[in-house]
Amino acid sequence: MTDLTSSATGTGRELVAFRIGQQEFAIDITLVREIRGWTAETSIPRAPDFVRGVVNLRGAVLPILDLAARLGLPPAEPSARHVIMVVQMGQQTLGLLVDEVADIQLANDGLIQPTPEVGSELVRQFVRGVLAVDGRMIVLIALDDILPSPSHGVIAA
Amino acid sequence: MMDSMEAIRVTFFQECEEQLAELEAGLVAIEGGTAEPDTVNAVFRSVHSIKGGAGAFQLADLVSFAHGFETVLDEIRSGRLEPRADIMGTMLHAADVLSDLVREARDGTALGIGWREVLADLDAIARHGSVPAEPPPPEADEFGFAPITIRIPTGEPEPMASDPDRLMVEFRPHPTLFARAHDPIPVLRELARLGEARIACDLERLPPLDLLDPEQAYLAWRIELSGVPDTAVRDCFEFLDEDCDLVIGPRSTAGVPPEPEPELALGHLPAARTATAPEPSRPAPSKVSAPSQAAPPPPGAATCGDNAPPPTIRVDLDRLDRLIDLVGELVINQAMLGQRVIEAGVARQPAVATGLDELKLLTREIQESVMAIRAQPVRPLFQRMGRIVREVAAATGKVVRLRTEGEGTEVDKTVVERLADPLTHLIRNAIDHGIETPERRLAAGKPAEGTVRLVAAHRSGRVVIEVSDDGGGIDRSRVRQIAERKGLIPADAQLSDPEVDSLLFLPGFSTTETVSDISGRGVGMDVVKRSIQALGGRLAVASRPGQGSSFGMSLPLTLAVLDGMVVSVADQTLVVPLTAIMETLRPAPGDVRALGPAARVLAIRGGFVPVVDLGEELGFSPAGRAEGAQPVAVLVETSEGACAALLIDSIQDQRQVVIKSLEANYGTIPGIAAATILGNGRVALILDVDALVASSGAPASSSVLSTPLSCSR
Amino acid sequence: MKRTVLTVDDSRAMRDMLRLCLSGAGYAVAEAVDGEDGLLALRRLRPDVIISDINMPRLDGFGFIEKVRAEKDYLGIPILVLSTECDAAKKARARAAGATGWIVKPFEPAKLVSALARVLA
Repeated sequence: MTDLTSSATGTGRELVAFRIGQQEFAIDITLVREIRGWTAETSIPRAPDFVRGVVNLRGAVLPILDLAARLGLPPAEPSARHVIMVVQMGQQTLGLLVDEVADIQLANDGLIQPTPEVGSELVRQFVRGVLAVDGRMIVLIALDDILPSPSHGVIAA
Repeated sequence: MMDSMEAIRVTFFQECEEQLAELEAGLVAIEGGTAEPDTVNAVFRSVHSIKGGAGAFQLADLVSFAHGFETVLDEIRSGRLEPRADIMGTMLHAADVLSDLVREARDGTALGIGWREVLADLDAIARHGSVPAEPPPPEADEFGFAPITIRIPTGEPEPMASDPDRLMVEFRPHPTLFARAHDPIPVLRELARLGEARIACDLERLPPLDLLDPEQAYLAWRIELSGVPDTAVRDCFEFLDEDCDLVIGPRSTAGVPPEPEPELALGHLPAARTATAPEPSRPAPSKVSAPSQAAPPPPGAATCGDNAPPPTIRVDLDRLDRLIDLVGELVINQAMLGQRVIEAGVARQPAVATGLDELKLLTREIQESVMAIRAQPVRPLFQRMGRIVREVAAATGKVVRLRTEGEGTEVDKTVVERLADPLTHLIRNAIDHGIETPERRLAAGKPAEGTVRLVAAHRSGRVVIEVSDDGGGIDRSRVRQIAERKGLIPADAQLSDPEVDSLLFLPGFSTTETVSDISGRGVGMDVVKRSIQALGGRLAVASRPGQGSSFGMSLPLTLAVLDGMVVSVADQTLVVPLTAIMETLRPAPGDVRALGPAARVLAIRGGFVPVVDLGEELGFSPAGRAEGAQPVAVLVETSEGACAALLIDSIQDQRQVVIKSLEANYGTIPGIAAATILGNGRVALILDVDALVASSGAPASSSVLSTPLSCSR
Repeated sequence: MKRTVLTVDDSRAMRDMLRLCLSGAGYAVAEAVDGEDGLLALRRLRPDVIISDINMPRLDGFGFIEKVRAEKDYLGIPILVLSTECDAAKKARARAAGATGWIVKPFEPAKLVSALARVLA
């Protein structure tokens, strides 16, 4: 487990960059509570394919989402090398399964380029911009719609 | 300010509930002859307290009713009125009315006027008791913001303030004035504040220092006031009137005229007080030196004494639930540690084994203590039932006494709260259907007065509550008849007595033809059973013809844990709540039969129950069970009374699990009630048996069964 | 320094109300739930004035006042009775026990405060 909050220094916007397959993505660091190694989940019946199941996070039940599947990429085949980013969104705590966490990027809003026009529905839904760093392309994503609100019961349906 | 008053209002109504419970308990004790000497006082105090608070919130109806009530209780308390049975009947009724008035005041609902009749009864009793020597003061005086007036007992006609502009006051304190901790100085200061004052101290009676008795009063004052109404002056002497000679009057009529001298301006008073020994002798005022005392603690800190009633604190429920969560985690962690130790192969080392055992004990103790914080005695709940008994008895013309036992038994707060409805229903039912009319009882050789017993006890980690009556027992032939007529059982069904009795719990069964106002209300025993089951409890009935019936329920101590059977289905671990399970069996090949294109049923004891294959239903093993693997059937009963067989792979364990919510982080999952964390640290889902059976298409009524399976275990 | 009032009443609502009224008027407020508790509170702090109910469990207001007055140390503390009752016999009894004054419940905050001012040196 890595404590990211202690490394948060400087001004501007800090992003956690991570890798899924050959692509790099990033989310706002303020959402990330901790990063854990992958452990086997308990399956949830009739769940969407990107919901891998639930695990025990210090006594709380933490749903694990396969971010690759959620973003329309080939679903992950998790191993001990995979990591779970525990993110907090409002009252909800979720675990995101990714291949690995790369680094932390300090980015002013000026450095973030608008999303190139692509047709994909999923891109429009989650991608908030693109960051070019040392020849890498890091896709900034938002998590607002990552799991439909439990109160709406969309997942349950 | 408004918020504070609102908070106090809430407190007031909470206290009213406590007072009402105490009132009821006390009256019942007096009626039953089991009253302690102090019971009458306590009962009086309860009503009195309610009256006091109600006055503060200007709840006029409540005040006047409580006053009438209190007057009669005072007669009883003073021994002037004997608590005869008829009077106690009125008292109990008045307690019910008082409780209605309190609730109506709290909820702001419209007041009926029925209480006025009861108040009239109370007044009649109070008068009949032939005592009150002095007529009660008029209501406005008693309850309004009564002006605090004081008659000055000077023995002379009160002086007329003929010249309102100039008043002469003569004030001579008695020694008793100081004994009651009065002090003339603030009074003089107050007078000076009212208007222009010339104050003179009369030292005439002051003895020489060596003859001075510090407990005597030697000084007097003459005060000349201008532009001050004499009522305001009287107010200043409000509490002093009997401890001094006081003459207030127009200058000409007041006392000894000689122009006061030596004259002191008020401003000099403090100086005069310190400089001259003749100061009004305050007996040992020791504001500065308090020899026997430690330094005073901050105000507010010292509110509870060593012998005070058990001190309590109010805790936010959220905080408590957080603590309960944490303890749940501790329990899980302890179990995980135990498992790791075994895996590491060191479990046999004595030091490790002892340490683990101690940890386990400690953890359990902590868990129980924490759960106990949420626990509350069932007493208030039981006390509320007294009223139900009286009302239903009155409505049905029966004579019934309620006997309660084990009121101190503690159950989780939520359980207590949710027991009120089912318990009310069972009590109504016991009187309406169980207890016979006095004539029939006498004819049967029983006392005319029937008894309903309400008993609570702790038994093997659960709470058992029993409602029993000494009535006629369940009329089984009639129950059968009704069940047949309603198509709940075939006409030729062979049923044992307990099976007939349990027909009462079938949905749609009601022994009364018309929905009775008493126990009917369109609600059957099935609803009672369902609400008990929703609390993780079980309900059972036993009955003996001519001797009565008994409804027993067994409830978990808390809703935070649940007894479950841990089972395996398609490599997944699931928990089935034990309350839903009737039995488990390993069906022989061929017992599970296809019925139609998709459905399957399990043949059991000549009947058939629908089958729910959990692996398929939950989508864990879409391909179906491996060929040759023999499933285990868990026979469950839903709270609707439907039975089904859940097919699983194997049973792992039976244990208590801590309930964890899935909804906070995820959402509801059909067929899943909640989650828990097992000793290996993995999450296991807890099945929602009702939802699973319903969604699998199993009929919600057991009427398809050729034989209704007895729901007793 | 703030003057301290000790309120002795078995009703929490009433104590809360007194606290609201008195702390608004600049007094520090200590509380006791009945006469016995009041005596214990007295041993630990010295209030400038006591406001006591009459009808209380364990030790009622009359008994409380008598016990307070029985101790020389407490003779100088004014005790105001706050009661729903206002009949002369009860008042006389309280007076005989050593009560300084009598206020009828429900109280008017302004009246209570001025009554306090009148008994506090």
